[in-house]
Parts: sequence; C-alpha cells; structure tokens
Amino acid sequence: MATISVVPSKPWRPKLSRVWPDILGALFTALSSVAIVAVTPLKGRLGFSITLIVMAVITSASISWLRRDRKAALNSVSTVFVYVAAAFVIIPLASLLFEIVSKGIVGFSFGIFTKDMSLTSADSPLSEGGLLHAVIGTLYIVLLATVISTPVGFLASLYIVEVQGRFASLVRFFVQAMSGVPSIVAGLFIYAVWMIGLGNSYNVAAGAGALAILMIPTVARTAEEVLKLIPNDLREAGLALGATQWRTVAMIILPAAKSGLVTAIILGIARVAGETAPLLLTLGGADAINLNPFEGNSSALPFYVWKNYSLGNPESIQRAWLGVFVLMIMVFMFFSLARYFGRAKGANR
Amino acid sequence: MINEENREMRDSMSKIETTSAASSGADIRKEVKPSSLASVAASHESKSKSREIRDGVGLEARGIHAWFGKKLVLEDISLDFAPGTVTALIGPSGCGKSTFIRILNRMHEFIPTAALAGDVLLGGKDIYGSGVDVTKIRLKIGMVFQKPNPFPSMTIRENVLSGLRLAQIKLSNEDELLESCLLRAGLWDEVKDRLNEYGGALSGGQQQRLCIARSLAVNPKVLLMDEPCSALDPGSTLRIEETIRELSESISIVIVTHNMQQAARVSDYTGFFLSDGGPGKLIEVGSTSEIFSTPKDQRTLDYVTGRFG
Ligand SMILES: Nc1ncnc2c1ncn2[C@@H]1O[C@H](COP(=O)(O)OP(=O)(O)OP(=O)(O)O)[C@@H](O)[C@H]1O
Ligand SMILES: [Mg+2]
Repeated sequence: MATISVVPSKPWRPKLSRVWPDILGALFTALSSVAIVAVTPLKGRLGFSITLIVMAVITSASISWLRRDRKAALNSVSTVFVYVAAAFVIIPLASLLFEIVSKGIVGFSFGIFTKDMSLTSADSPLSEGGLLHAVIGTLYIVLLATVISTPVGFLASLYIVEVQGRFASLVRFFVQAMSGVPSIVAGLFIYAVWMIGLGNSYNVAAGAGALAILMIPTVARTAEEVLKLIPNDLREAGLALGATQWRTVAMIILPAAKSGLVTAIILGIARVAGETAPLLLTLGGADAINLNPFEGNSSALPFYVWKNYSLGNPESIQRAWLGVFVLMIMVFMFFSLARYFGRAKGANR
Repeated sequence: MINEENREMRDSMSKIETTSAASSGADIRKEVKPSSLASVAASHESKSKSREIRDGVGLEARGIHAWFGKKLVLEDISLDFAPGTVTALIGPSGCGKSTFIRILNRMHEFIPTAALAGDVLLGGKDIYGSGVDVTKIRLKIGMVFQKPNPFPSMTIRENVLSGLRLAQIKLSNEDELLESCLLRAGLWDEVKDRLNEYGGALSGGQQQRLCIARSLAVNPKVLLMDEPCSALDPGSTLRIEETIRELSESISIVIVTHNMQQAARVSDYTGFFLSDGGPGKLIEVGSTSEIFSTPKDQRTLDYVTGRFG
C-alpha cells in the first residue's frame, strides 16, 4: 500500500561519498603549502600563492591518476590552471573594489549628495560640503554622450551588417581605427575644433562630445558583432513576408538583438564614465552646481577626484576616494538599469 | 501469476505485430511498387477533378538558369503553375529545388554571389521586371522555409500576425484571422491557451506550423513550401497536407518534398529535378498520376520507384 513518492533530484551532481577525496586533497594542499612556507626560505604572500598553485597541481593530478588514469590527471591539471587563471582575474578586481569601498565609505553620508563645494574650503572636514555638482556633471555627461553615440554607433553597425553598402569595409576600418584613439586626443580635438576654432567656451556639452568620440567605436563594434550573430533565417523570413529591409530591421532584427545592443551601450558607458583627460580640456571645472549643460564651467566625478587628489591635503585625498566610490556606485546603477530594461524576451533561444 | 504471464505474452505478441507492421511499411518505402504510389496519386486526381478552380493567379517560370558565382546550378527550367493547383518538386539532394523556388519569390537575390537568367511571370507580369515593387511580389508569393524560423522576440500571436505588421496592413478582425491561420496550420489546439508565450518556447515541429500559420496570414496568391514537413510528426504532416488541399482551392502551391507518398497524396503535378554532377535540370514534369505510374523518362521511373537517389 506504500505509495512511492517521486522527488525531483539531480543525479548528475557529485555525491558526498565521491567528493571526500577532493576535500581531503584540498585540505592537504592548503596544509602542506603552509608547512612548506614555514620550513623553506619561501616567504610572504607571493611565496605562499606559488606553493599553493604547485601543490594544487601535484595533489589533484596524483589523486586523479590514482583514481583513474593519466587522461584524468591531465584533465585535473588543466582544471587547476583554469581556476588559477580565473583567480588572477578575480583577485585584483576584488582587492580594487575592497580598497575603494573601505577608503570611500569613510565620510560617506547622505549629506554629500545634497551639497556642493562652493562654500567649503579644501581642508575643511568631510562633514562639510559635498559632491552633488560632480554627480550632476557626470550624469549629464554620460547621458549626453550616450544620446550622441548610441544612434551613431548603431547606425554605423547597421550600415556595415545590414545595408552592406559599398563603403562598409571602409567604415569598419575607421571604426576600428577610432577605437585606438587616446582619450586625450579626443579632448584635444574638441578643444581645438569646437572651442578654439568655433569659439565656444567650456561646458558639459563639449565634455560629452569628447566622450562620444571615444564611445562611438565601442558601441559600433559591439553592435556589429551582436547583429552578425542574428541568424540569416530571420532576415529572410521577414523579407519573404513582404517587408521592406527597413521594417525587417526595425521589427525583427533589432528586437531580436535587444539584449546584445544594450550590452553595447553598457560597454560604451564603461569605456567613458571614468575618463578624466578629455574632461580636463573641455569642462573647465567648477565647485558649484551648474544645471545648464550648454553653458558655463562644470565638474564631473573623475574631474572632482583628480582635482582633490592634486590638492594633496588629507581631507582632499579623502574626498578623492569618496568621489571614486560614488562614481563606482553610479556606473553600477547604470549597468543594472540597462540590464533591467534590456532583458532578453523569449529567452530560450 | 497466470495473469501476469498472459499479459506478458500479449505484450510480446503485440510487439511482434507492430514490428512486422513497421517493417512492411519500410518495405513499401524501399521498393515502392509503382502501382501503389500511382494509385494514391490517381485517387487524389479523381478527387481533385471534381473541384472547380476559382479565379487565382498563375505563376510561370521560363528558361530559368541560376548561378552561384561561376557555377551553374540550374539549367533551362520552364514550368507552369496553374491557379488552384499543387505542384510537387522532387529530386535528390543538391539538385537545385530550393534554389528554384527561391527564384520564384525573389529570395535568390539575397545571396551575394547569385546570378540569374530567364523570366518568372506572376499573372502574366515579369516579377523581375524593372519598376516592380519586390515587397508586393513577396506578399503575393509566400514562402515556408526548410528550417523553422519563428521570430524570437515575438509571442505566438505576434508571430502569426507579424506579416500584417511588417507589410503595414490594417485589419479589424485580427483575432478571427489568428484563429483561422492557426487552425489551418494544425496548431490551434496546442497553443490556444498560450498565445502570449514566445515563439521560441515551442517544439521544432510546432515552430514550423507556426511559420506556416504566419505565411497564411497575409493571404498569399501563391505559396512556396520548401520541405515544410521534414521536421513534423505524421499527425501534423497530415494536418498540413489537409491545409494544402484546402488552400489549393484558391491559390497555387509549390511544394518541395523528399517524401514520395506526400507528393502523390497532395499534388496535381509533379516535376522531377536531377543533376548529374553539373547543373540541375528539369527531367520531366506531368500530372502526378502519370509521373508515378507511366513516366516518360527512365530516370524518373528509377527515382520514384526508389532505385536510385
Ligand atoms: N549560397 C550558396 N552558394 C554557393 N552554392 C550554393 C549556395 N546554395 C546552394 N548552392 C549549391 O546549389 C546547388 C543546389 O542547392 P539547393 O539548396 O537548391 O539544393 P536542394 O535541391 O534544395 O537540396 P536539398 O534537397 O538537400 O534541400 C547545390 O549544389 C549547392 O551546393
Ligand atoms: Mg533544399
């Protein structure tokens, strides 16, 4: 009468009985590394890491060899190297984040988002003044640069991939060449042409223009790769239904590529959000809030960081760290928003 | 105990039965007796004879040659597709059937290396003529592709109605159209409760039927189908074949198929393509019952009886 109840399980997962050699191996690796560092002249974190890697290779290879064969041993050695490579990527990033958060959290309060530096001198305590002017400047600059470079970048990539016009390879060449332009050159270009040549003065729009020059190639190249991934079947299906090329692109290709195109914008923002050099030449710098992006000197977070760091007194250096921290939070928020709005629909494709 | 044994016996017996049935089925397909396919075709013909052809638009291919780069893949194909008829194109893989039907709705020109000679006339007018609006042509000559290709960013409902949106056609009774298209494609019962799910969430065969529904929604005058049933189960295949028969009362249909039974079941005319290493040629075209019973060319007989290809 006993009813057998079927429970969903994952039989492909390793069972505890089968992982204990691995756990023992890991323990052995860690302990032996500690021991080796203690008795040999190898010292410090570097010595320990190297010993750890070597010991991990040796133990995992010998365990696999004993349990199975030479192929399994080779497999585990390459697995260890893959993990080590991943660690080489993650550890610097994590320590960077840790440094920024631990240094920047000092003096972080809601108040910094309500005040600017117009009435505060550089060496006054962190409880006075704020970086609202820099936050507003960065928001303006990133938004303006995105508004300029997204359509230009997307249209350039559409020209290369969809229109495949006569100059497609030329355009691709220029986009690639542009992505190698040093950021200071972009700033100098705006400075020389827009400001000196055409007689405009420092403002947010000039800064955004300089950043757009840097952002366009990133957006265009990423969008190009994304569009190339859309299967040709979809284009043919749209055209075979009697659509023009323009409507096929607008209603089928772009929606199908949506999440990838959002990634293109994100990569573009990531490319320019922290740029400082072009802003030094175009923003002019300010300690007060400037709500007009088309007139008057302004600030931005990278500019704020650079300025406070060069002032050199302890409070200013604290403020520089605070600026880095806030910039990081803002970039993170841009990314999350973009990801949220760019989620792939009909995802199992 | 005895009961148990009995059931086992019965089970194994039914198994034997099914296997023998299956193997005899395979036999039929392997050494197709011309008479059997011919009789299928003949019975279809007698049924379709009684049908009255409504005013449709015919399609005519004249002296079609096609190249990819320097390579000639089709040589001098001339074929008439009368209104209200179903024409099956058969032939071994790589003989140019897909290339040919892509020429019929101007999809051939999307391959950069492609070239073409000859005329295609829709209702007497050359679709490759200058000043022809190619999007209107493709609206009138619909196409179902070999591989299912639903639009991933659209729901099932949006997929079916996508042709209207793409060609900017306004309709008041979209829901009726949606239901009738899905019914005719044999998909309605499976998706009527999930019309707002994405097209990519369907199985391969369901996706293909969705594509068929999509091409029906714009009400084409000619429908080109490139092996539409190659990913479908027998049930859906039968449903599609019924749809083809219903549609053929008002439009002309060209269907590429590797399934001789299917060609015999649904088509009024059959064209046999063959390439002997060189370009593909139209070896023979005639009424389906003729092709499957008394073809004029020995190679056609060999192919439809399964002796090669
Ligand atoms: N894009 C292309 N570029 C170059 N050659 C091509 C291209 N597409 C097809 N061909 C060639 O044209 C010939 C005809 O191909 P086609 O796809 O029309 O064959 P098919 O009869 O539809 O075959 P199947 O039954 O396998 O679908 C083949 O020799 C193929 O190699
Ligand atoms: Mg084909």
